[in-house]
Amino acid sequence: MASGYDRALSGNPDGHVFQVEYALEAVKRGTCAVGVKGKDIVVLGCEKKSAMKLQDTRITPSKIGLVDRHVCLAFAGLNADARILVDKARVEAQSHRLTVEDPVTIEYITKYIAGVQQRYTQSGGVRPFGISTLIIGFDKGSQEPKLYQTEPSGIYSAWKANAIGRSSKTVREFLERHHKDDMDRETTISLTVKSLLEVVQTGAKNIEIAIMAPGKAIEMLPAEQIEQYVKTIEAEKQEEQARKKPGRGGASGTASLPTRPLAEGEGEGSGDI
Amino acid sequence: MRGATILKTSDDKTRQLNKHTLLAFSGEAGDTIQFAEFIQANIALYTMRNETDLGPSAVASFIRGELARSLRSRKPYNVNLLLGGMDPITKQPSLYWLDYLASSAKLPYAAHGYAQYYCLSILDKHHHPDISFEQGMKILRMCTDELQRRLPIDFKGMTVKVIKKDGIVDMEYDTSKQVLAA
Repeated sequence: MASGYDRALSGNPDGHVFQVEYALEAVKRGTCAVGVKGKDIVVLGCEKKSAMKLQDTRITPSKIGLVDRHVCLAFAGLNADARILVDKARVEAQSHRLTVEDPVTIEYITKYIAGVQQRYTQSGGVRPFGISTLIIGFDKGSQEPKLYQTEPSGIYSAWKANAIGRSSKTVREFLERHHKDDMDRETTISLTVKSLLEVVQTGAKNIEIAIMAPGKAIEMLPAEQIEQYVKTIEAEKQEEQARKKPGRGGASGTASLPTRPLAEGEGEGSGDI
Repeated sequence: MRGATILKTSDDKTRQLNKHTLLAFSGEAGDTIQFAEFIQANIALYTMRNETDLGPSAVASFIRGELARSLRSRKPYNVNLLLGGMDPITKQPSLYWLDYLASSAKLPYAAHGYAQYYCLSILDKHHHPDISFEQGMKILRMCTDELQRRLPIDFKGMTVKVIKKDGIVDMEYDTSKQVLAA
């Protein structure tokens, strides 16, 4: 760190841009977000940071936001950075409608967001956005679900299913094992919840789900329905365990979810949620 | 739309701003659409940013502000507007009359351009604050009949839209029948 190169924007002999690497670190500390494409819908799932006792959860901003009526975005990393980036994207989406009389395509707005992120790695007096984003939606008149990812460096890529943020590797590997093409609505939502449960220890109340379908407004899944999915998934898991170890499984009432060790104060002060 | 040739008879001179506000416009050909769509984009942006719809009175104030700004520019927009809306919270309907000089007035009924010379007297006589939807449509019919009878232009029909509690609906409005002198 004290090599003297970590603050410079250029001239590092190893070819590393440290500021970008720090931004990626902020992403890794952010809460997990998952995107999954089905046959004709696309789903975003988010891990919610558990609220403190006196916090008003009704008016605390969500990690899932609308860029335009047909484009939805979730992020992992620094909350405050995301607000700025999402606002830029929203202005561009409306500006695009005004100038070419068509809503933005998902690829276009992804490219735009990635473009902004790239610019902030190469300009003076600024630091990169400490966020990765997942962008979902449907192009105008198209039935094909889209899912893109952007990173602080300005890289963007298209996916069938992907995860960003804390423990995203675990979730991505889970998705790699279980994702199938042409999943229906139920299976897609279920897979999203299931993949999030790999890393979210507290279950339904810390999960947020947004669903997009062609030509429809965004649908935020109500808490009770998420709870329902979680219950079904846990019952399935227990059943499977009982089958594996006959005579022992299913005895304890609590779910046998793999929980990750509590990292107390991990994100404190860095502003991530 | 004014001119020696008819370009289109189905030109829709309205833009929906959000779920329950509709903007109707007349004036200089290019200015109208340009201005209405600029307003439309800004209201959409507001809705997206705040996850809530702006009420009709707020929309009217915003439009008036933009018109006033434009009026004091090198090339002002020449647009006259009517804004109809249903307040999402109070569920009260409202109508705003705005012109290119950035006047804004909340009215029970309104008209712009030549039409107002024929319609306003009818509305003065027949409109009451507590009329039903059917009565309202009847008064509208009286107005359009008068236009068909007296307006010295080739009448090409009406676009009628109704702003209700649960959204904006297009109305079938037949003006094919010849209206004879009363």
